[in-house]
Amino acid sequence: MKKLALYVLVALAAAACASNDKKETPAAVTDLSSGAQQPQSGTGSSTTQQKPMGSVSGNPLTDPTSPLSKRSVYFDFDSNAVKDEYRGLVQAHSRYMTTDKRDSRIRIEGNCDERGSREYNLALGQRRAEAVKQVMTVLGVTSGRIETTSYGEEKPAATGHDESAWAQNRRADIKYSGE
Amino acid sequence: MNASPALRARRLLAGAILLASFATGLARAQLTIDITTTGGRQVPIAVMPLAGDTSQPQSVGEVVGADLARTGLFKLVNTGGVTPLPTEPSQVNFADWTTRNAEALVIGKIEPASDGRVEVRFRLFDVAKQSQLASYSYVVAPAQLRATAHRIADVIYERLTGDKGVFSTKITYVVKRGRRYELQVADADGFNAQSVLASNEPIMSPSWSPDGSRLAYVSFDQKKPIVVVQNLAQGTTKVVASYRGNNSAPAWSPDSRYLAVALSKDGLTQVYRVPAGGGDAERLTESPGIDTQPAYSPDGQWIAFTSDRGGSPQVYRMPAAGGAATRLTFEGTYNVGPRYSPDGKSIAFVQRDGGRYRIASLEIATGQVSVLTDGNLDDSPTYAPNGKMILYEAQVGGRGQLAAVSGDGRVRQRLTSAAGDVQDPAWGPMPTN
Repeated sequence: MKKLALYVLVALAAAACASNDKKETPAAVTDLSSGAQQPQSGTGSSTTQQKPMGSVSGNPLTDPTSPLSKRSVYFDFDSNAVKDEYRGLVQAHSRYMTTDKRDSRIRIEGNCDERGSREYNLALGQRRAEAVKQVMTVLGVTSGRIETTSYGEEKPAATGHDESAWAQNRRADIKYSGE
Repeated sequence: MNASPALRARRLLAGAILLASFATGLARAQLTIDITTTGGRQVPIAVMPLAGDTSQPQSVGEVVGADLARTGLFKLVNTGGVTPLPTEPSQVNFADWTTRNAEALVIGKIEPASDGRVEVRFRLFDVAKQSQLASYSYVVAPAQLRATAHRIADVIYERLTGDKGVFSTKITYVVKRGRRYELQVADADGFNAQSVLASNEPIMSPSWSPDGSRLAYVSFDQKKPIVVVQNLAQGTTKVVASYRGNNSAPAWSPDSRYLAVALSKDGLTQVYRVPAGGGDAERLTESPGIDTQPAYSPDGQWIAFTSDRGGSPQVYRMPAAGGAATRLTFEGTYNVGPRYSPDGKSIAFVQRDGGRYRIASLEIATGQVSVLTDGNLDDSPTYAPNGKMILYEAQVGGRGQLAAVSGDGRVRQRLTSAAGDVQDPAWGPMPTN
């Protein structure tokens, strides 16, 4: 419980720095403190996003059975809120960086769908990357180990012109250095 | 007059050469430009073939006529059946031209000059007044005939409309095909496209230096956006902003000393300026939102930019060295990407309305906004240096094309490339000759 209280304090402090009245970041931090699935301590538990199994011989970052092989957080239109369904993914990477690979560095690349102005989309993508970074720094990853950048609408994963394509493009990708 | 067999054969051959040169000219053009609509009155003008035109590698008369027609302000009058070809004022039958409903007439000739060069001479007449409006001659190398035709079109345009022509200007844009990106510079009519940069990574936001000698742009070659300045004549490049995070949206100051840029190095994307030759970035905006897409006013006093500090992205303006910003757009929830008109009185920008993104124009003094285009995903407006046309990026049938619209919305052009999707245009400055 003490550790949870500590998380809440750090989270509230981080929310104060965000200072974007329309942004969901403060709300996201509130979720973290009240989420029932969150681990109470640093050890693994039975939920799926925990420490990768020690018996996996390959690199957990590329092992398809490991949650760490998933790198993309998807967003709603005009939003940079990290949705609940992606919290586990971000937590898994945060745990990996703070526990297993304390020297790892990542770049988070934000993306947008094609609608709107290119340069403003570049900044929106960057804000999405920052939102993911913020969740990770609250979870203990040192800020200096995470660079955030953006491709805006320039590197779509899907090239269609409808919502099914646009939904795939509104995302932030986590890339480890050396990849 | 009866043509001798030899003369007829020569004419056939000349005609064939003319056709061939026209065809190869088309093949070389990588952007084709069509007028899609015209509005308002068009001045009927007769552009006679210049005597000696057909024995040249480039038809000056064709290029002049095409330039004028492309503005949507002129209608080319049929010049067929006029023999002999008038080349001197005394040979002009003004009554005949009045009957053909021409209001202006262009005649001229091309003759050999010294050292393999040619002399191009033209005259412009007001048909009703039967008076000469312009008379110029140029001595040039044959390779410069096309450029000379553009200069002639500029003179005609200015005499008949009162505005400076932009036929001798350049445009730049990005062509994307598959995963291949090319930054190209072409003549304003789409001809002579040259590749300035080719990459497998995106290229964005080209911006002309005030004298047209350099382009600033955003390169993703280092797997993140950085700002590069390239000298066009030398092909040399310099990285001017490569900070942590994003580096983008370069905009030259009118005195060429600075590039305003958008940097996310301090967390949120904000507007900074860097010395155009490289150097430390100086922060200009300080807001809790995104500040990006800076654009200097032509007098160098202001920077207009996009900011969502108020909750939604809108156009703001601040002093060029930074300072308190004033909001300029108030309709709707999305007004971004400001660009000043050359006279500094208007700002073109992208406006979202009902899910559609279109180009709009704000008259600064009155605050009045006019929507100029009717696409769904219009972006990147750029003014011609005479302020008469706005070039922009449009998506048509899933493919990226350029389009242009006149300031009053009446004349529309479409610019298509067979090479791929065309995007991110920027119109170059008036030539400095």
